[in-house]
Amino acid sequence: MTNGDSQAVTVPPAAEQGRVERAAAQADRPSALARVLDTSAGRNLGLVAVLLVLCVIGLATADTFATTSNLLTILTSASIIGVITVGVTIVIIGGGIDLSVGKVMALASVWATTVATQSYGPAVMVFCALAVGAGCGLVNGVLIAYGRIVPFIVTLAMLISAQGLAERISGKRSQIVTDPTIAAIATTRLLGIPLLVYIFAAVVAVGWVLLNRTTFGRRTFAIGGNPEAARLAGLHVRRHTMLLYVISGLCCGIAAIMIASLTTTGSSTHGTLYELDAIAAVIIGGTLLTGGRGTLIGSILGVLVFTTITNLFILNNLATEVQNIAKGLIIVAAVLFQSRARRADT
Amino acid sequence: MADTERPRPDHGEPVDARPLLQMRGIVKEFPGVRALDDVDLDVAAGEVHCLLGQNGAGKSTLIKVLAGAYRPDAGEILWAGEPVVFGSPHDADAAGIATIHQELDLVPGLSVAENIVLGHEPGRFGFSRPRAADDAARALLRRLGHPEIPPRRELGRLSAAGQQIVSMARALSRDARLIVMDEPSAVLDADEVDNLFRVVRELTAAGVAVVYISHRLEEIRRIGDRVTVLKDGRTVARNLPAPRTPTAEVIRLMTGRAIEYVFPERGPSPSGEIVLDVDGLGRRGEFADVSFTVRAGEVVGLAGLVGSGRSEILETVYGARRPTAGSVAVRGRKLAPGSVPAAVRAGMGLAPEERKSQGLLMSEPVYRNVSLPALRRFARAGFLRGGAELAAAAEVTAQLDVRPADPTRPVRTLSGGNQQKVVLARWLLEECSVLLLDEPTRGVDVGARSEIYALVRRLAARGVAVVLVSSEVPEVLGLADRVLVVREGRVVREAPAAELDEGRVLDLVMEGRQREGAL
Repeated sequence: MTNGDSQAVTVPPAAEQGRVERAAAQADRPSALARVLDTSAGRNLGLVAVLLVLCVIGLATADTFATTSNLLTILTSASIIGVITVGVTIVIIGGGIDLSVGKVMALASVWATTVATQSYGPAVMVFCALAVGAGCGLVNGVLIAYGRIVPFIVTLAMLISAQGLAERISGKRSQIVTDPTIAAIATTRLLGIPLLVYIFAAVVAVGWVLLNRTTFGRRTFAIGGNPEAARLAGLHVRRHTMLLYVISGLCCGIAAIMIASLTTTGSSTHGTLYELDAIAAVIIGGTLLTGGRGTLIGSILGVLVFTTITNLFILNNLATEVQNIAKGLIIVAAVLFQSRARRADT
Repeated sequence: MADTERPRPDHGEPVDARPLLQMRGIVKEFPGVRALDDVDLDVAAGEVHCLLGQNGAGKSTLIKVLAGAYRPDAGEILWAGEPVVFGSPHDADAAGIATIHQELDLVPGLSVAENIVLGHEPGRFGFSRPRAADDAARALLRRLGHPEIPPRRELGRLSAAGQQIVSMARALSRDARLIVMDEPSAVLDADEVDNLFRVVRELTAAGVAVVYISHRLEEIRRIGDRVTVLKDGRTVARNLPAPRTPTAEVIRLMTGRAIEYVFPERGPSPSGEIVLDVDGLGRRGEFADVSFTVRAGEVVGLAGLVGSGRSEILETVYGARRPTAGSVAVRGRKLAPGSVPAAVRAGMGLAPEERKSQGLLMSEPVYRNVSLPALRRFARAGFLRGGAELAAAAEVTAQLDVRPADPTRPVRTLSGGNQQKVVLARWLLEECSVLLLDEPTRGVDVGARSEIYALVRRLAARGVAVVLVSSEVPEVLGLADRVLVVREGRVVREAPAAELDEGRVLDLVMEGRQREGAL
């Protein structure tokens, strides 16, 4: 591993990235290359490379892969889980975990599409979804921050009870969205791009600014990285922790409207296992599960990698079981790669 | 050597000269700090060798080197005269070294017997033989004088003392020839300590060597044969005869100045307004009835031994612990009890005892550590103005001469002294009016110490009220204007630093511990 120096001056292949980063970090003054690699995009070069490889495979195996409509399909199917992943990333960077996201989204979609709610019109439906999402997040947050229960347990309990409540309200039936405005969200396109993709992009943008450009974001990193130091620096650790879960819940509310529109139903079966997809995306995006370090861009790249894999398998008519095996392998490979890079870094 | 059935007629006499363990010139470095610097330790078979030192003196690191958990950067270990290298805890275990850690490393969900045989379970063809394990456990427990502990009992249901016995049985089950006990008495009451000592004496009578670590000096006098004292990662005294060394001498070795530090000149006695007013503060089980005031520009020192309650007092003043009695006021306004944000808003800052775990975000850059409490000032409507933050942090870190002078470096790459300066820079930036310093020079090298002393004085000259906790008496006397001596959770003396000297403070710190008596 000592021959990294000579490679530092040339543009490295993706696999060499960690080694070069290390060599650059050892130099007293960080080189320009090291500085580029230290930006959030740079740290995720590995994922970008994976994504490029997937695209090459797509081009080679399926004629329809590179068409505009297929690329938009990928983005659209990434949008809902993507919005949820934004919330999960923020919670995990803040040192927590949220397992309840998928079923909170289901509950919000059900609550927003009952006959009674729909009778008040689209604005109330949207408000209802957001309020249910944020409300569930608030319950999570209060129990975790003030009740001092482990986040894993609280959000697991929320997952189960949100599922039950959603089934109870809907009578286990899919509720059809009759409101034309809500139904139109998924079919509307601006400049040829689906509105869902714009919503996804907007949530990512807001999440990124929140994490990287605000005091709130900075404190989130501090609390996730060392809660005791954050407390002794005078931060309101508990209030802040609570708010992280509210944000996650709010993302679920937004996702609920999106999925209700896309499927034109509100259903308790929506969002099954979304929590695992979101956490997997966060992990391969390079965020530490213990909190304090991570990037939103990495998580989003993670979502895109998974969605692209799904797309490739569908285009090539391969079984979904194999798809899941591939996803599992990618998670392990990504984490192995990152932990190597990090160990060398310290 | 385990067969030296040597009676110990007069405990404390020079022990058998055959050394079982010799550690020579051990050096262990961590990024930014030299935890062990040329440390020696000699342990003979059948003796109780006490290892003394303040928190952070390097005792734990030395034990971890001995147990194979850390590899030393330099130095050699001789085991029964042979040079050895312990590459892993397994190697040390195989050689016959057992460690009873402060946090007992037992499995609460397993039975007593299962814990004792863990790692070398008796078995045949891969099937465990629980009956054999029970028998082995019963024999060991009887040998330790505790036949009443049932081998099948779930370990988690035993008392702390019982678990300690099990831990010792586990060490014996491996035929340990040297047992390291790291503060074994911390969780025990008086009767249980008596029993512990009886067991220790039986072990040594059977030729087992014991390395005993404790903060309770009177225990050293009762059980120890020889004493080695560590300070700042160095051996400051080795192989002192425990019964004949005065306690005061040991405390002086642990807390005294190894090198003459230069303390900055004090100004005229401060006559500013009273900034901090602590009134009747108490926390059940920790300290009681603590009252003092600090004026603007004044440095007040709290002197006391480990466990006297000095750090607890400081953290309670800061709101990090909720008081059960009394109040804290800054500039005449009472603070909400148990609220750090309230204290910070009122202008207080704390440099905590454990810099790494309580003070810093180690992987974050210096400037983010500095700006943490003052973030609001660099934001408009919650949005950070990155340039202003970096510039302000760069300015204060430059004022404190934090090296290297690059505020975007991760804090973990800095030395201990510079990390401490980063913590101080944080409160300088926040422009706090009351600064609480808990062991500000622990793990700080000699050069950076003087800088930190000068800095504390400079802050005081600017009108900051400073409260200083230190286990080093000369540091308190050299830096503070006024000194409060704390013993067993109570303030036993308050006086201007000029009226006290080291000996007088040591007397007060240990009163009732027979200062003149032998250890």
